Amino acid sequence: MTTADTFPTFPDEVVSHAHVTFVDLPLGAGKAALITVDNGFDHKKPNTLGPTTLRGLERAIDTAYAEPGVVAVAITGKPFILAAGADLKGMAMIADHGQAVEVARLGHQVFGKLADGPVPTFGLINGLALGGGLEIALNCTYRTVSKAANGLGLPEVFLGLIPGWGGAWQVPNIAGPDTAVTVMVENPLNQNRMLNGPKLAELGLADVALDAADFIEQSLAWVAKVVRGDITVERAPIDRSESAWEAAVARGRAIADARVHGAAPAPYRALELISAARTSSREEGYAAEDQALADLVMSEELRAGLYAFDLVQRRAKRPAGAPDKDLARPVAKVGIVGAGLMASQLALLFARRLEVPVVMTDLDDERVNRGVGYVHAEVDKLLSKRRIGPDQANRIKALVTGSTDKSVFADADFVIEAVFEQMDIKKQVLGELESIVSSECILATNTSSLSVTEMASVLKVPGRLVGFHFFNPVAVLPLLEIIRGEQTDDATLATAFAAAKSLKKSAVLVKDAPAFVVNRLLLRLTAEILSAVDQGTPLDVADRALLKLGLPMSPFALLQLVGPAVVLHVLESLNAAFPDRFPVSDNLRRLVEAGKPGVWSWDEEGQPYLDDDTAALLEHGDDPLTDDGVRERVLTALAEEIRLMLDESVVAEAQDIDLCMILGAGYPFHLGGITPYLDRSGVAEKTTGRRFLPPGVASLPSP
Amino acid sequence: MSPSTRQLRDVAFIDGVRTPFGKAGGMYAETRADDLVVNCIRELLRRNPSLPPERIGEVGIAATTQTGDQGLTIGRTAALLAGLPRSVPGFAIDRMCAGAMTAVTTAASGIAFGAYDAVIAGGVEHMGRHPMGEGIDPNPRFLSERLVDPSALVMGNTAENLHDRFPHLTRERADTYAAASQAKLAKAYADGKIQPDLVPVATRSTESGWGLATADEPPRPDTTVEGLAGLRTPFRPHGRVTAGNAAGLNDGATAALLTDTTTAAELGLTPKMLLRAYAFTGVEPEMMGVGPISATERALQQAGLTIDDIGLIEINEAFAVQVLAFLDHFGIADDDPRVNGYGGAIAVGHPLASSGVRLMNHLARQFEDHPDVQYGITTLCIGLGMGGTVVWENPHYSPAAQQDTDRPADDQEAAA
Repeated sequence: MTTADTFPTFPDEVVSHAHVTFVDLPLGAGKAALITVDNGFDHKKPNTLGPTTLRGLERAIDTAYAEPGVVAVAITGKPFILAAGADLKGMAMIADHGQAVEVARLGHQVFGKLADGPVPTFGLINGLALGGGLEIALNCTYRTVSKAANGLGLPEVFLGLIPGWGGAWQVPNIAGPDTAVTVMVENPLNQNRMLNGPKLAELGLADVALDAADFIEQSLAWVAKVVRGDITVERAPIDRSESAWEAAVARGRAIADARVHGAAPAPYRALELISAARTSSREEGYAAEDQALADLVMSEELRAGLYAFDLVQRRAKRPAGAPDKDLARPVAKVGIVGAGLMASQLALLFARRLEVPVVMTDLDDERVNRGVGYVHAEVDKLLSKRRIGPDQANRIKALVTGSTDKSVFADADFVIEAVFEQMDIKKQVLGELESIVSSECILATNTSSLSVTEMASVLKVPGRLVGFHFFNPVAVLPLLEIIRGEQTDDATLATAFAAAKSLKKSAVLVKDAPAFVVNRLLLRLTAEILSAVDQGTPLDVADRALLKLGLPMSPFALLQLVGPAVVLHVLESLNAAFPDRFPVSDNLRRLVEAGKPGVWSWDEEGQPYLDDDTAALLEHGDDPLTDDGVRERVLTALAEEIRLMLDESVVAEAQDIDLCMILGAGYPFHLGGITPYLDRSGVAEKTTGRRFLPPGVASLPSP
Repeated sequence: MSPSTRQLRDVAFIDGVRTPFGKAGGMYAETRADDLVVNCIRELLRRNPSLPPERIGEVGIAATTQTGDQGLTIGRTAALLAGLPRSVPGFAIDRMCAGAMTAVTTAASGIAFGAYDAVIAGGVEHMGRHPMGEGIDPNPRFLSERLVDPSALVMGNTAENLHDRFPHLTRERADTYAAASQAKLAKAYADGKIQPDLVPVATRSTESGWGLATADEPPRPDTTVEGLAGLRTPFRPHGRVTAGNAAGLNDGATAALLTDTTTAAELGLTPKMLLRAYAFTGVEPEMMGVGPISATERALQQAGLTIDDIGLIEINEAFAVQVLAFLDHFGIADDDPRVNGYGGAIAVGHPLASSGVRLMNHLARQFEDHPDVQYGITTLCIGLGMGGTVVWENPHYSPAAQQDTDRPADDQEAAA
């Protein structure tokens, strides 16, 4: 029995058909088989690759080879799409290691036929080609790519996999180990950066980049010239010395360590495969991919990664609990109260994305001019980086104006305040605003910790106020917590969600609860770390303990980024709400009082150290925790806090907590945000008596 | 330059290409009309690399039904889609079957006038996506005031009308002519005369995947007079016009590159034909098939030539009877070898507005092979009663060749 016969199908697989036509090549080069991968839907639903698709592709390749007189086989996709890669839903259904190996082998069996045919094969990369989609072409003898193709790459490591249908062996052998590290490890770990057609050719992963206008035609003309011998394809030589090869692998390892600190297995498995590809035969390389792919498919990290991917791809686009979008009001002018740094970042974002007039106000001309000046300077930076053109730069600059007189808000549809984080000030500003703006105007607050409901109490129409909590830096972090006060009405909420979408932010609906989601969890974590320090844990132990999880930054690095004063301010408000769980560390107070920017100072080589001045400020108990002790303490606290938040209905589901932590705090995919990790490590059950998510949702199915 | 010192410039047909023609509903069923044009424009640029794209002063593309993928000022959209510099303008033009011919003569006039030095002119008709008469809204006055005969709007009926007017042009003669057209095209394909001017087109099909069109779809090389005799006459019971002695419903695009002769020399472009004169004339709408006669007479008059000076004739075969009427008028035999040497639209297809340049391609190829011929014409009949004719001079012409040649007897008589 062959692999194909024994392997079960993925349930609900959207099958991409592999059509074969035979064409006469130009220049009298002979007959070619042209295979088209097409799932029958338009470009919004890309081709994906599951077992039934792979078997169909195998039949198509067999048919092509069996045709008498065929001189070449070319394979491409439906318009704009080659294939988006393996059917991830199906991957998540694989229940045992044996099945996982079969999936890997089936891919190799089918794609391997392109690498090992009786005639040369040509991958025509006409558009989107990710993972297995790109591996179709990588297995071919030659590749052409459309200059207009976008979304090219091997993102497997980003999800928790390796390119296991030939990519991990082929890429280093086609384009060298350094390119393999870039494409297989560095780009996936760099926010899953993609390549375009010209870049793919530049890296040597395509032999020629052709214009999109007649890409298929000119690809076949190129095929004809290669077949006739008019063109001899030459690739850059690869330095196959062990030292050069391992230097590239070492570069990859440094990148992986910096990003995931050893906490996610995929990049390291990818690097092992790249390393072995120097000397291994194709068969050996593919066999090694089979094992690595199967191991990773059966890893908790991948299951969490697939869950996280689904959250950011789907849930982030359809926020749970958002009202009917038809209730949203048009926003044709935006007001921003305040012209400080946060307000200025907001002004730039609103002007750039909504493309409507944005007016900022502050107490005096100097502040206003500084705010508007900041926006103009940022626009100039975008212009100099060619992210925008000069006309658009002029347009954005003209949209942003400032005033010291709030009457400029009279015709605004959406006014957001970004003034000092103090309830009395906010109330006063909102009350004043309501006397100026129209009855239809939405009011929003960018508070990070204060009660929206209490702020709204000063309004005649409290339903018009909504919380709109951005994360710093505003232009970078994709999360927006939208806070519904007790009286926030549906039209206001719908307008907030519509605005978030226009701003290209992923919005999560959050109840009006202290510090909302991300800050509450980050502050709980920080409070636990500070407590550990207060009781005598060495600073470096406390700061390092969580790195093993692969978090984006250490607690003290975060403290420094946010600023001790802001942390103290938010911590105090949480302490007021939940004194038992959010103690205010005296050491933190002393740091703030002394005006310290953080715990660590940094030497000339960028290494953190404790300067004597700071050391003198800190007091330590005599009950230090170990590395493991700190970690257990923090994870236990997070599990407790998340369970409380879910019980308080701060968000609809644990999924929203994870989405917030991924998008607002940069928590990694291999943790699934955080609750999948708390589940699989047993902390959730031990702390709260139950899991956050049922087995199989973001984890391997129960045996 | 003041009008008194302005000099007209000579216009050269540098090169012409076309897509393989398809049957409506056939190989191009899922391929866009504008993409057909784009393929032609890009092929012209590839074949003439010494032409800097920014020197192109105009892109004139004809289409009869200017909507959807043939709308939006297709000359401009095709230029943008083809990747021409944005500084190159474009326009859309329509004279039904003579669309591409009109694009060529209009653009050529601009060259002669000095408005620009180089143009791309062509046409497209995707009759599968845009059936004849799509979206038309004839003014009711046409019928209420009897401005035209009701048959004028249905081309097949106008062809039947021609049989009525010229009873000696029988169905048998039409079928014989049609079968010969198929045979001549088959021979031209076998001799490799057609393929050099075809640009391959990737054909899209959701059912069967991408394909590559490299040859015309309409030809029926096995056609016999006997076989044609059995076809029904869709326009009249017991009529004479059949699907076999008329052009079909087709998809395709064409484009030509024209320059003034000085620019051609400057850029090292070799003219394939030189434009000498052109004319469009009107005739009775219900007798549109006679249009080429008056148009040719007028064009010859302008060129200072007579029909006897014309060594090669490319006449569009909308209907066999319309070709026969033309030949009959000028006293040329039905099977004269000067006429449509590579076959015509009955065999190759007639995507309305594209055909003008297809005729020019055929004439240009034959000029190369006939240095004995000095002049040729391309001519078409046009719906609503018009004809168009362009007189071309053969740059390969040499009087010596004329003397040395062993040309067919008919031809020698005609030239004598």
